Amino acid sequence: MERRALFRRGRLSRPAYPNVNGLPVTPRIASLLFDGFAYGMLLFVLSVGLSVTLGMMNFVNLAHGSFAMIGGYTTVTLMRSWDWPFFATLPVAFLMAAAMAVVLERIVYRRLYGASDLDQALLTIGIVFMSIASAAYIFGTTQQPIEMPAYIRGRVEIGDFSFGVYRIFLVCAALVITAVLVLGLDYTRFGARIRAAVDNQRMARGLGINVDWIFAVTFAIGSGLAGLGGALAIEVVGLDPNFALKYLVFMLIVVAVGGMASIRGAFITAAMLGIIDMFSKYYVPEVGAFVLYAVMVGLLVWRPAGLFARR
Amino acid sequence: MRKLLLGMSGLAALAMASAPAQAQNQPPIKVGLIMSYSGQFADLGTMMDNGIKLYMKQHGDTVAGRKIEIIRRDSGAAGTAPDVARRLAQELIVRDRVDIIAGFSLTPDALAAADVLTQAKKPGVITNAATAIITARSPYLVRTSIALPQAMGALGTWAAKNGTKNAFTMVTDYGPGIDSEQEFQLQFKQGGGTINGSVRFPVANPDFSAFAQRLKDSNSEAVFVFVPGGEQPAALAKAFAEHGVNPKSMKILSSGELVNDEALKSMGDAAVGMISGWHYDHNLKTRMNPEFVKGMNELLGGRNPDQFAVTAYDGMHLIYEAIKKTGGKTDGDALIAAMKGVSFESPRGSVTIDPETRDIIQTIYLRRVERVDGRLVNVEFDKIDNVKDPVKERLKAEGKLTADGLAK
Repeated sequence: MERRALFRRGRLSRPAYPNVNGLPVTPRIASLLFDGFAYGMLLFVLSVGLSVTLGMMNFVNLAHGSFAMIGGYTTVTLMRSWDWPFFATLPVAFLMAAAMAVVLERIVYRRLYGASDLDQALLTIGIVFMSIASAAYIFGTTQQPIEMPAYIRGRVEIGDFSFGVYRIFLVCAALVITAVLVLGLDYTRFGARIRAAVDNQRMARGLGINVDWIFAVTFAIGSGLAGLGGALAIEVVGLDPNFALKYLVFMLIVVAVGGMASIRGAFITAAMLGIIDMFSKYYVPEVGAFVLYAVMVGLLVWRPAGLFARR
Repeated sequence: MRKLLLGMSGLAALAMASAPAQAQNQPPIKVGLIMSYSGQFADLGTMMDNGIKLYMKQHGDTVAGRKIEIIRRDSGAAGTAPDVARRLAQELIVRDRVDIIAGFSLTPDALAAADVLTQAKKPGVITNAATAIITARSPYLVRTSIALPQAMGALGTWAAKNGTKNAFTMVTDYGPGIDSEQEFQLQFKQGGGTINGSVRFPVANPDFSAFAQRLKDSNSEAVFVFVPGGEQPAALAKAFAEHGVNPKSMKILSSGELVNDEALKSMGDAAVGMISGWHYDHNLKTRMNPEFVKGMNELLGGRNPDQFAVTAYDGMHLIYEAIKKTGGKTDGDALIAAMKGVSFESPRGSVTIDPETRDIIQTIYLRRVERVDGRLVNVEFDKIDNVKDPVKERLKAEGKLTADGLAK
């Protein structure tokens, strides 16, 4: 009866899925779009740092997930042991990951800037395994749950539409990060220096740019973003020592498909990834996990350098 | 040259002199452990290993006059590479000359090692891997953990009996998940319920929103969930909460994983009212449990034990009992015969090793999440005693299962 009424009002445009009740189609699609977009934004925050280090600095940094994990554990520790509020831990998560990145960059990474991709991959995957073992040693192998404040849990209802509060926050955070990065890289003097140092080191040095310093800072920013992503991810995907490896595939997909050095590319790819994942799992759960990868393969065949490749 | 000969004969004499002493002092019995000490399932390895440590701490390391020596092997990111478990089993038997192998974190590990155990005639004690069929793959496999259909079937029967008319099922798309889904559906339907729909999650699935939305849109009265431990229980529960699926709007039925300590912590009050069917909880009021929990707390630095710890603890107990019965003999067939039909008291209540299937017969507890003294715990409200694995019972009734395993 209810469904027939909906048909009449033109809100139910096709026979609903057999198991689906008479929920109007528009809110459902809006909800899926939103959830997918928010999930994509989480992937974006986790990956955008990699698009800086791998994409711009051309360093095969497979340890990106390890820096994300540092951020995650920082947040967990601060919340548990010092009762910090969740939001206050986020800048610290960024700084901790960035600080660790500077240390590693000065000691290890910079020696391999000119090395082959394979050498860099071997070095960084070694760091990944060391970080997993260290995290297991320090924090144990268990999941690290955090209890979020009540105002960030649950959903808000707006008419027929309803959205998860934390996901709204994720989307906002991702938009702010994107804006800061794009504006910072394209319109500030420091951004111009980074681009110069990355594009042509010798010329940049010749112009008096301190390339070493620029690289260290860029690397720290990229890794700091990973740390921030790791902290934001706990509420959605959890945190344990294997975090460093588990999401590496998604990070690499975002950077590779987006186009190596493109922030916009990473943003659009991550959003697309999230939305495709959501829709395929909702409508065709039997093959839901494959659709995503099939699309990504298709995109890379179509544009091998990525959707928004600069070079 | 003469000096050398003299020296050698001297050594030989020494060796002979010490020989009788050695006969009295028999070599240790070696128990090889194949567990996931690292990788995605490392926490499971941590729990099982500490369960074994606690048992040996409480009962000493000598049985029937023979010392027990533990040899640990890491199956790593098990399940993704079951050939590792097979190779480890071979090495343990051939090179380390172990008498018994225990552990097996995941089903593929146990399946991969089954043939090796059969050929070598060495007993394998499964302390976790939980699909129904494993113990039928080798006459040398014994299980002290659980066959998932035991608990999931009991849950299905209970749900139907208590007035749930329709249910939606959601499981992870791998052996144990499919086992759980099928048994729940079967027993729920036999009890008069209808299945409203079902989904299977990919094994690696960071975000559950789409599935939660689908569940909500199915307008079911109840949902049955099985996910492996690790990060998925909390992630799934959060997706439920975000989509307004909670025990107030829908009965949520699951295995123990979805409501383990870590998951409950991250769910908060959204978990209150969730119902699960499981074989162990640290909150159980059995005679042995308080002492077990206390011992585990000490070993785990304050953490509470979960089912992995207790099933490994019981696995060790079974090994000790068998060695006692054989009087210290380590012949594989004698040990397996000694394990069949053994009944003992465990922190989860009394259990028996089924002499026919070598699988465990145990009590399944029905629990509800409640807030007690400010903490979220699983409170037992009903139980079903002496539950056998229903899958193997059906196979047996159809004549497809013999004492040695699946009929050819």
